[in-house]
Amino acid sequence: MQVPETFDYERASTVEDAIQRLTAHGDEARVIAGGHSLLPMMKLRLAVPEVLIDINDLPGLDHVRLDGDELAIGALVRHAAILDDPILGEHYPIFADAERKIADPLVRNRGTIGGSLCQADPAEDLSAVVTALKGSCVIQSANGRRTVPMREFHTGPWETAVGDAELLVEVRIPVRTSVGSSYHKVERRVGDWAVAAAGAFVQLDGDTIAAVGLGLSAVGAPDMTCPDAEQALVGGPASAEAFAEAARIVHDAVSPTADQRGPVDYKRHLAGELTRRALTDAARRARSGSDPVDSEEGNA
Amino acid sequence: MTTTDNPPQSDTEADTTEVPLSDAGNPIGFGRMLRKEDARFLRGQGNYVDDVRLPGMLTGVILRAPMAHARINSIDTSAAEAVDGVHAVLTGETLEGVGLSWMPTLSNDTQSVLVTDKVRFQGQEVAFVIADDEYIAQDAAQRIVVDYEPLPAVADAKQALADDAPLIRDDVEGRTDNKIYDWEAGNKDETDRAFADADVVVRQEMLYPRTHPAPMETCGSVAHMDPVTGKLVIWTTTQAPHAHRTLYALVAGLPEHKIQVISPDIGGGFGNKVGIYPGYVCSVVGSIVTGKPVKWMEDRAGNLMSTSFARDYHMTGEIASTADGTITGLRVDVLADHGAFNGVAQPTKYPAGFFHIFTGSYDYGAAHCNVRAVYTNKAPGGVAYACSFRITEAVYLVERMVDCLADELDMDPAELRMKNLLQPEQFPYTTPTGWEYDSGDYPRALQKALDMAGYEALRDEQADVRAAYDNGESTMLMGIGLSFFTEGVGAGPRKHMDILGLGMADGCELRIHPTGKAILRISVQSQGQGHETTFAQIVSQELGIPPEDIEVVHGDTDNTPFGLGTYGSRSTPVSGAAAAVVSHRIRDKARIIAATALECDPDDLEWEPGRWFVRGAPEQGQTIQETAFAAHGSLELPEGVEGHLDAQTVYNPPNLTYPFGAYICVTDVDTATGEVKVRRFIAVDDCGPRINPMIVEGQVHGGLADGIGMALMEVMAFDRDGNHLGGSFMDYLLPTSMECPSWELGETVTPSPHHPIGVKGVGESATVGSPPAVVNSVLDAIGVRHADMPLTPAAVWRAMQGSPLRTDLAIE
Ligand SMILES: Cc1cc2nc3c(=O)[nH]c(=O)nc-3n(C[C@H](O)[C@H](O)[C@H](O)COP(=O)(O)OP(=O)(O)OC[C@H]3O[C@@H](n4cnc5c(N)ncnc54)[C@H](O)[C@@H]3O)c2cc1C
Repeated sequence: MQVPETFDYERASTVEDAIQRLTAHGDEARVIAGGHSLLPMMKLRLAVPEVLIDINDLPGLDHVRLDGDELAIGALVRHAAILDDPILGEHYPIFADAERKIADPLVRNRGTIGGSLCQADPAEDLSAVVTALKGSCVIQSANGRRTVPMREFHTGPWETAVGDAELLVEVRIPVRTSVGSSYHKVERRVGDWAVAAAGAFVQLDGDTIAAVGLGLSAVGAPDMTCPDAEQALVGGPASAEAFAEAARIVHDAVSPTADQRGPVDYKRHLAGELTRRALTDAARRARSGSDPVDSEEGNA
Repeated sequence: MTTTDNPPQSDTEADTTEVPLSDAGNPIGFGRMLRKEDARFLRGQGNYVDDVRLPGMLTGVILRAPMAHARINSIDTSAAEAVDGVHAVLTGETLEGVGLSWMPTLSNDTQSVLVTDKVRFQGQEVAFVIADDEYIAQDAAQRIVVDYEPLPAVADAKQALADDAPLIRDDVEGRTDNKIYDWEAGNKDETDRAFADADVVVRQEMLYPRTHPAPMETCGSVAHMDPVTGKLVIWTTTQAPHAHRTLYALVAGLPEHKIQVISPDIGGGFGNKVGIYPGYVCSVVGSIVTGKPVKWMEDRAGNLMSTSFARDYHMTGEIASTADGTITGLRVDVLADHGAFNGVAQPTKYPAGFFHIFTGSYDYGAAHCNVRAVYTNKAPGGVAYACSFRITEAVYLVERMVDCLADELDMDPAELRMKNLLQPEQFPYTTPTGWEYDSGDYPRALQKALDMAGYEALRDEQADVRAAYDNGESTMLMGIGLSFFTEGVGAGPRKHMDILGLGMADGCELRIHPTGKAILRISVQSQGQGHETTFAQIVSQELGIPPEDIEVVHGDTDNTPFGLGTYGSRSTPVSGAAAAVVSHRIRDKARIIAATALECDPDDLEWEPGRWFVRGAPEQGQTIQETAFAAHGSLELPEGVEGHLDAQTVYNPPNLTYPFGAYICVTDVDTATGEVKVRRFIAVDDCGPRINPMIVEGQVHGGLADGIGMALMEVMAFDRDGNHLGGSFMDYLLPTSMECPSWELGETVTPSPHHPIGVKGVGESATVGSPPAVVNSVLDAIGVRHADMPLTPAAVWRAMQGSPLRTDLAIE
């Protein structure tokens, strides 16, 4: 058995209570949500927190709702809930696309969107999704709430804008019309982390791209996206040629590292190919209105 | 990607024959029945080594080396010993004091138990901390200070024999290089001639990469040396309890009658649990030192990094044929990576296991192999993962070479195989490397697989898919891959086969109680194969006693006869034969007793399942249960016939048994991402009569999943410094149900002529036969002659770019 070092465990009852406990313990404390990233690291003794503050009881963090012109997703919403959520399904099928390829049902039943974004793993999927959708993160501290755009949320691999005595409480996504979205991921096997993944939304004005967003995972893209490719697309036609050109820009812009999932040239190739596929599907879904998630791509 | 799901098919001949049922609804004899052991497994009532909890038991953990090659200048254990709850810390130095710092391997090499001089692979055992519990032991282990002096490592087998290669085994006096042995088999001159005369010669290098059996239960032991009686009891994850007992006696100098090895429920072995590991020895020494029971249960990383791996064979094959595709010869040169110690388990006479069965299922007289084995800075082992003593490598080699030849000749691979298969009338058939195949009807099995697959229609569909691809309409391609395998299992005749001097024969005892219920004691040990069911069915078949009335005892050296254990698919061929032989002896004795009771001559009696009766007067007879009671009763028995009804035997197999099969795999490959989806898998197996067809199918299902795993994802690669790149299940990928199609199984039945009930082993057939079918299928799809396993998306894409990956090293 792999066993962690000794640690203390506290269960917070409210967001304020959690923040107080975090303030009291300083950087010796770690928040635990689903635990599916933190516990493996503790068992491998890569993470050695002295205190765990469990936030699973916190009220008001497990909602998905329409809030003005934005979708609001509470930090404790589990992967499984995102996969099945009707509001997200209606507005952004990219969520279900991604969730079907994140881990396995056991992990998805526990892992949270907050934990996923805060883990800030460069191969994480929901971060790429929220990046593609140009969402933002609501962070709460003793002094109140502040909002950080997703593209500024990660400050480096495994580092975020969340301070020691702060909590990520909500993720917000702008609502758009005439929009389609999609996520494509290559993995070596069900439940594996991405070899490479790309997500996109495309908003159409007739046949012209009014707005577009790209999110890239596991390919060493700065801020998990590629603004040059986005700019090249906006105002142009939603055509196969335009998507191929965007894919080429992404291919050249990313800087993946070689590992047992694949060499650099392959990952670069995938970044382009998956971008092309994500854009193509997003545009198709935008054209066909609210297109339900394709059902043939079943997953674990 | 859409999947075409095929309804599960089963084409089994045994199912059609009528079997009488017992009161409990089980077949009396062969047939489908639920496994007797499942009741306890499904209710969570199994008893595994980790479930053993003894009063006062302590826990040991191993401190492992963080690098592959490093001299140890010093080890400071004082801080660990000072931790509250720590009872002892063992190091190489402690063990040296009792002469146990090194131990023999199953290949007559030596292996370090705890490092005394230098670390030779990453994850090697450096110290053993014994504490009240695992948490304390783990905390303490972290406080051990080891001064390592890193040395350059040999991680690439191809560099092991370079002039400047670091010497790994400097512990062996006089050793100057990393070569373990050179070994050859076959007829070299004839083979050279066949190649000189050939119209076509195809040469191909290929790697069977290092994989790991990764049983769900890792290895472990609980050792208890009773200080009063001097008896050592070891509950341990072993596939060979009796062999382990003898080895403990030889290694530790303990009296063998004072050692009891208990192998309780085992959560998968696949060869991983054949050898003796340092952790077992440390738990024994730990119990002696502390006077208390000591448990050691390795974690997943320890299992993957240090215990017996499989394969790591770099092979260069050459196949010769006539212009019209008649194969005339095969030769192969192997570079075998054995890791830091030669810990391979195989019969002494065959250092490369049964690799020289590489001529496969085809008819040609010229074949030769040369195997050169080397040390590297990797974990020891080599024969594991259901490989039938390296027949896995052999079958992969020949089945890939046949496909390479088909590619060269532009001939259909099914046609090429059909043309060259051995014919039924050629059996028994002696191969150019000396094996005597017992029985087979190969063309029938291949034809059946082709029919089940709908081969012609598949080829038509493949052509359409390729046309769409060529027109740029789709990125998808489709592949159809075949393999035909012959295995030699059931080692083996003791004059040829022994492990460390122990002959590979197996004992068996059967006792019928007065009420006709029975207890069968066997020497082999189940790791999930269902022995408690199958062996009861063998006795049931031979004596007509319902299987639920037969208790099968195994896995406890004090309560079972000696034998070499379960691996290499040997349980049914060897121990299964023994169970049939003791049943026959009981039947013969029952005949005499029944004749006495019926007051007639034994020769006047005839047998029907479960009963002797008077020929011509079938109402006059005695059931085996009645005979059992009579045997224990007041009946006056003839001169020289003892009472009771029991028998024992030691079965020494006259030859191996040779199961075979034909497999077809259909894949869909996305050429733009390199992703492979196995769409269909058709497996026709011939293992002779099937004792329990459900269990056979279960064995085949598992083996096919293994094959998909090896072909598409499983590998333990190493970087240039010898760092292990597959030390967790996030890195060492095992297949899941999502990667497996609904298997389509078929069967032909060709009994073994020399086995008492005609059965052949089947535990490894699918693991051996399936990898080449999957690889052949993927390569058939993408139109590339060869690329090494595992065919991950990256490997497939790179193969299509003409720059294949070297899968045994870090991807750079
Ligand atoms: C086998 C396996 C496979 C996986 N595969 C994938 C995959 O394919 N793709 C993928 O994207 N992910 C994958 N994951 C990760 C999984 O999605 C995790 O559950 C998720 O990344 C973290 O969510 P969690 O709630 O479990 O976080 P935890 O493990 O509880 O926490 C993770 C980190 O976030 C911090 N944290 C959590 N919540 C908050 C908060 N509200 N505010 C501030 N800090 C917080 C914690 O302190 C910790 O540092 C996999 C995990 C496993 C075990």
